Amino acid sequence: MHIKYESFVREPLVDGDKDYHQVSEDIIKPIEGKPGRMWYVGFIFSVLLLGYGIFSVTWAVYWGLGTWGVNRTVGWGWDITNFVWWIGIGHAGTLISAILLLFRQGWRTGVNRAAEAMTIFAVMCAGQFPIFHMGRVWDGFWVLPLPNTRGTLWPNFDSPLLWDVFAISTYFTVSLLFWYSGLVPDFALIRDRAKTKFRKMAYGLASFGWTGTAKGWQRAEALWLVLAGLSTPLVLSVHTIVSFDFATSVIPGWHTTIFPPYFVAGAVFSGFAMVNTLLVLTRKILHLEEYITIGHLEAMNKIIVLTGSIVGVAYLTELFISWYSQSWGEMAAFQWRIMGPYWWSYWAMMTCNVVSPQLFWVKKLRRNVPFTFVMSIVVNIGMWFERFVIIVTSTYRDWVPGSWSYYSPTWPEVGFYLGTFGLFFTCYFLFAKYFPVVAVHEIKFILKTSGDNYKRGMEKIDNQSAEEFIHIATTHHDEEHLLEAPHH
Amino acid sequence: MAIKKFAVAAYDDEEVLFPAVKKVRSSGYKIHDIYTPFAVHGLDEAMGLKGTDLHIAGFIYGLCGTSTAVGFISWIFCSDWPIIYGGKPHFALPAWIPITFELTVLFAAVGMTLTFCYLNQIMPGVKKHVFHPRQSDDLFVMAIEINSHMSEQETTAFLKATGAKEVNVQMAEAGWWYGRWDKKEPYEALNAG
Repeated sequence: MHIKYESFVREPLVDGDKDYHQVSEDIIKPIEGKPGRMWYVGFIFSVLLLGYGIFSVTWAVYWGLGTWGVNRTVGWGWDITNFVWWIGIGHAGTLISAILLLFRQGWRTGVNRAAEAMTIFAVMCAGQFPIFHMGRVWDGFWVLPLPNTRGTLWPNFDSPLLWDVFAISTYFTVSLLFWYSGLVPDFALIRDRAKTKFRKMAYGLASFGWTGTAKGWQRAEALWLVLAGLSTPLVLSVHTIVSFDFATSVIPGWHTTIFPPYFVAGAVFSGFAMVNTLLVLTRKILHLEEYITIGHLEAMNKIIVLTGSIVGVAYLTELFISWYSQSWGEMAAFQWRIMGPYWWSYWAMMTCNVVSPQLFWVKKLRRNVPFTFVMSIVVNIGMWFERFVIIVTSTYRDWVPGSWSYYSPTWPEVGFYLGTFGLFFTCYFLFAKYFPVVAVHEIKFILKTSGDNYKRGMEKIDNQSAEEFIHIATTHHDEEHLLEAPHH
Repeated sequence: MAIKKFAVAAYDDEEVLFPAVKKVRSSGYKIHDIYTPFAVHGLDEAMGLKGTDLHIAGFIYGLCGTSTAVGFISWIFCSDWPIIYGGKPHFALPAWIPITFELTVLFAAVGMTLTFCYLNQIMPGVKKHVFHPRQSDDLFVMAIEINSHMSEQETTAFLKATGAKEVNVQMAEAGWWYGRWDKKEPYEALNAG
C-alpha cells in the first residue's frame, strides 16, 4: 500500500525551482531597476486622468452642485453610485488578507499584498464621493463629533450616514495598518540589499528599523492574526452600514432587509473582479507568473462564480418579495426597473452579474487568462450598474407623480468618476514600482510546503510503502519536529 | 546601550537551525537573538521565549473603544444635548451598535499596532545593527554575546560544528538608536577586514 504525502488536488503555489534567495530576487528586482516604457505610459496617463478629475471637482465646488445632473427627485446620482462601487471593490482585499488568513488558505499569500493595496486605494477613491457630495465641502468636518460654537451641536449618532463616516474611516485605518505592518519586513529586505545611498536611506526609514528578531516575528504574527480577526467583522460591517444608508429609508426598492448580505456578496464579487484585472496585468508586466499562478486566478474565479450566484439569488429574491408583499409601491418600483425608462441599466446588471459569471463553471475558462481579464471588466461594469439601478431607479419615480424625473450625469460628474480612476491607478503604479507587490516573507514561509520543487521532493515519500513511512517516523521520534512541515 | 562583542553564526536552512539552537542552549550558551527572513514557526519555543501577550493588550484597547463610544454618545444624547431623532428614545442603544463596533475595532487595531512598535522598538528613523546583510534574504543568523569569561575561538569553533555556513565575530551595538541607514556608524570600523 502506498500513501500520498499530500493531495495532488493541491497544485503548487510557487512554480519553478525557487530557493529563498531566488524569491527575493524575483520580487525585489523590478523595484531596483528602472521602470519600463509601459509603466511610464500608464503612470502619465493616470496622472492626467487624475488632473482632469481634480479640474471637474474644482468646477463643481466653485459653481456648486447645480453643475451636476442630480435634481430634487434624484438626489443621489453618479456620486453615490461610484462611492458604493469603489467601497465594494475594496472589500476583496480585506477578504483575501483577513478572512482567507483565518481560513488558512495558503493561496492568499501570492495575491494578498496587491489586493490589500487595492483596498486602500479603492477606499481613498470611495471617500471622495460623499465628501464632495456634501456641496459645501469646506464644512465637511461637521460630520466629526468636534466641540463647536453652535452649542456644542453634535452630529446625529442614530443616522446610518454618520455610521458610514465611522465605518469608512475605521476601515481605511485598519486596512492601512494591516498592510503596512506586513510591508515592514519586506522593506527591511530591500534596505539590506540596497546598493544606492538613497534607496538605503528611504527603505531604512520605511522599514522602521526592523531586523527580523525571533521575538519580533512572534509579535508580528500575533498582531496579524488579531488584525485579521478584527478586519473580518469590520469588512462585513462596512458594507452592511453602506447598505443601511438605503435600507433604513422608506423608499420602495431600498426598504429591504436583504440588503446587508446582498451588498456584502456584491462587494466581494466586484472586488475579486478588480483583483483579477490588476493581477493579470501585474503578473505579466512584472514577470510574476510563477508567484501569481493560473491556480490563483482560478481560485478567484471560483469566488466570482459563487458570489455572482449569491447576487443573482438576491436579485430574484427582491423581485419575489416585491410581488409577495403586494405593496403597490414595491411592485411598481420593480416593474419600472425592468421595463421603465432605465430598463437598459437593469438588463446590463442582470447580464453582466448573473449570466456571464456562470461561464466560470467551465474549468477551461476559469484558467484562461485573457478570458479572466475580460470577465473581470464585465463584472465590474455589471456591479456599477447594480449600484446605479439601486440608487437611481428607486428614486426617479417617487410617491408624487408630479415630481417624477429622469437623471443623466453632466460632464463634471463623469470627470469626477474618471478622476478617481486616475487616483487609483496613480497610486497603483507607484505601488507596483516602489513596493514589493508580492509579500516576500510570506512566500518564503510557504515555500517549503507549497513550492513546486519542494513538492516534487516529496515524491520519495509518496513512493514509500506505509510500513516504511511509519518506521521512519517512529525511529526518528526524538527529531520528529524536524520532519514536520511548518504549520500554517 | 553599549557596544559588545558577538559571535555570529549564519545558517542557510531552518532544518539545520533547529538542532543548532538545541545544541547551543544545552551547552550553556545564551543566545542574544536569532534573525530570520520570515516567521519560522516554533523558533520562539526552541529558543525558550515566552509567548506574547500582545493580543491581551488588543482586547483591553478594544474595551476602551467600546466604552468610549457608549459613554460619549450616551452623554451627548442623554445629557449634553438631548434631541429626539426619528422618534427614537434618547438612549437608543441599538442605533449606536455600528459606531460602538467601529470604535472598538479602531482602538484595538491602532492600540495594538502602536504597542507592537513600542515592544519591538521600531519606528521611522530607528536604526539597529544588522549582523548579516542576508538575514532578511535567505540566512538564519544567530548572535551570541561573548563576555570576558568566554573564549572567542571556542565559541566560534562550537558554532561552526553546529552546521553554520558562516561564523564570525563582530562588535555591535546591541540596542537601537536614531540614525540614517545610508550612513556608517563609527563602531562599524571595528569590524572592518
